[in-house]
Amino acid sequence: MKWLSALLLAGLCALGSPARAATELTFYYPIAVGGPLTKVIDGYAREFEKTRPDIKVNPIYAGNYDDARIKALAALKAGQSAPLSVLFSIDIYELMEQDAIVAWDDIATTAEDKAWLKSFYPALMMNGTYKGKVYGIPFQRSTIVLYWNKEAFREAGLDPDKPPANWTEMAQMASRLVKRDAAGNVTRWGVMVPSTGYPYWMFQAFARQNGQDLMNRDGNATNYAHPDVIAALQYWRDLGVKHKVMPEGTVEWGTLRQAFLEGKTAMMWHTTGNLTAVKDSAKFPFGVAMLPASKQRGSPTGGGNFYVFKKTTPAERKAALEFVKFMTQPERAADWSMATGYVAIRPDAYATPKLKQYAAEFPPAVVARDQFEYATPELSTFQTGRVRKLLDDAIQATLTGQKQPAEALKAAQDEADRLLKPYR
Amino acid sequence: MKHVYGWLLLTPAAILLIAFTHYPAAATLLDSFFSTGTVVRPSRFVGVGNYAALADDPIFWQVLRNNAWFALGTIPTAIAIALVMALWVNDRLPARALVRMAYFTPTILPMIAVANIWLFFYTPQIGLIDQFRALFGAASHNWLGDPTTVLGATMVMVVWKEAGFFMIFYLAALQSMPPELEEAAKVEGASRWYYFRRVTFPLLMPTTLFVLVNATINSFKLVDHLFILTKGGPDNASSLLLYYIYQVAFSFFETAYAATLTVVLLAMLAVLALLQFLLIERRVHYR
Repeated sequence: MKWLSALLLAGLCALGSPARAATELTFYYPIAVGGPLTKVIDGYAREFEKTRPDIKVNPIYAGNYDDARIKALAALKAGQSAPLSVLFSIDIYELMEQDAIVAWDDIATTAEDKAWLKSFYPALMMNGTYKGKVYGIPFQRSTIVLYWNKEAFREAGLDPDKPPANWTEMAQMASRLVKRDAAGNVTRWGVMVPSTGYPYWMFQAFARQNGQDLMNRDGNATNYAHPDVIAALQYWRDLGVKHKVMPEGTVEWGTLRQAFLEGKTAMMWHTTGNLTAVKDSAKFPFGVAMLPASKQRGSPTGGGNFYVFKKTTPAERKAALEFVKFMTQPERAADWSMATGYVAIRPDAYATPKLKQYAAEFPPAVVARDQFEYATPELSTFQTGRVRKLLDDAIQATLTGQKQPAEALKAAQDEADRLLKPYR
Repeated sequence: MKHVYGWLLLTPAAILLIAFTHYPAAATLLDSFFSTGTVVRPSRFVGVGNYAALADDPIFWQVLRNNAWFALGTIPTAIAIALVMALWVNDRLPARALVRMAYFTPTILPMIAVANIWLFFYTPQIGLIDQFRALFGAASHNWLGDPTTVLGATMVMVVWKEAGFFMIFYLAALQSMPPELEEAAKVEGASRWYYFRRVTFPLLMPTTLFVLVNATINSFKLVDHLFILTKGGPDNASSLLLYYIYQVAFSFFETAYAATLTVVLLAMLAVLALLQFLLIERRVHYR
């Protein structure tokens, strides 16, 4: 029996130390939209290994953004963090406070690497930059766009190719689009903006359109109680109460796409991450447009960035850099954008033949890119979970008619000030 | 020598209990007296500071209130429905196995799957409930988006899910009841209702106690549906204590405050269980 166990042991040793792969690179990534995306990511990893046989990549699917952050931070506490992770772009302050991540500037030192750091859309770098240094490299990124049902527009006597350009137009068009049955019950709403799940994200768009950002760039102050922010929330509430073009109360994020596909609302605001899913199942012609303007256009960005962790060897950091550079090459960014509906993260990706052709056949694919000009970073501060929830609660309390916008937002601002004071 | 042997037999269970039940409970209690530490600002002793913060936290009081309503709304209803269903399927009726299975089905489904289905039941306009109401010309209602109906809507779903499970216990108790009792009652000329009130129900008391304890614990323990249905919203109107603990721990990363909330939850459950055993045990009829 002895020789057998010796043989097994030798076999195990051989398995444990493959001849070539010198560096092993494990990374966590979350998926927040539909589709068989784990296969796509695994495919990229295998492709990369072909170009760099000395690096072995283990992609680990880690659930949604919350799960991924919890896993990454738990692994960190246990002292065995993965060297690289895709995490929510707004997790940056949490990771900074845990002293968990290093800046990409400190790893990307050659002239070529420095140029690579500057190759992305500036709008996508805002959430990943802290005090002038880049901590997050954009990967799966989105913005909010307006989807409209052209058939409903035609039926209501509106130009089916002309989406609303500003708030007044949206309210007016929406009220023409509302359809009622004989008993006066609404069978089709004019517009729906989801207010569960990520209400703060939708609200950032309203606030930005009204000329305001909700936080400063150092992540230690919020701007919830500015009169223009209050007016923005008033407009959102008015869509339901005054204009009667949106259901009162909150609109569910998860079922909104279905409501749009079934023609229960003529317009919806939703993430570009839903684009491919809507395209695949809409039974009517639909359009995708930038969100309407008040003082200006505007939408927050969202999604996940690559972070590299501090507890890593120089070799691992180098390997992480090589892999992330590979993942963000123009062709791969184009491919990823077509597979998901996420935006391609750099301008030259839109110049690749395949994405050019896709955009020619399906123009909505580039709306999110064009909107970058008006983009603002997603709400992210120190104590981000709590500060964000204050805003979520204020929005929902207003939309459900329990509080007035000014009262709700002022209370949220006071509480946020209290939480953020230690960071100033 | 003999008790060494005894201890050895106990060891596997004891290790598991200590590692996964007693140590975490003790550590939670300890953590609740410290501040949350980060690498930048290490944890320090704050005494009852976390408990003072808890007393001032309006959301804590709201979720506690929600939880009380949730318990009051789900426990008696689920038990009553379970009892009625058990009495019904205990009788000789056609396709009895099929009916029993139908009642038990919600129990074997995972809560996440159930919540995903009910999410679409409750969806305004396109949902099952609104489509049914539309047949009678009723206007569509935003069940999960209205703070006055959202908690009730989650309660209905939980009752639907739980009742079948409790039915099984009642059914088992009913089947072990000797048939002579019913025959004797019939000879004496007792009505069915009288027989149920004076014989069946008292004999079921031990089961009722067991089910009551379980239902109470479940009303504090079951929060899976919130992740799918409402995320505690709108404005915390459907949030429950355990879900709030999850948010504080894993979305705000305030582990110390989460530990404080957990201690409160544990204390409450301990008191409730004790009360139930002490008060109701006196009235439980054992054969």
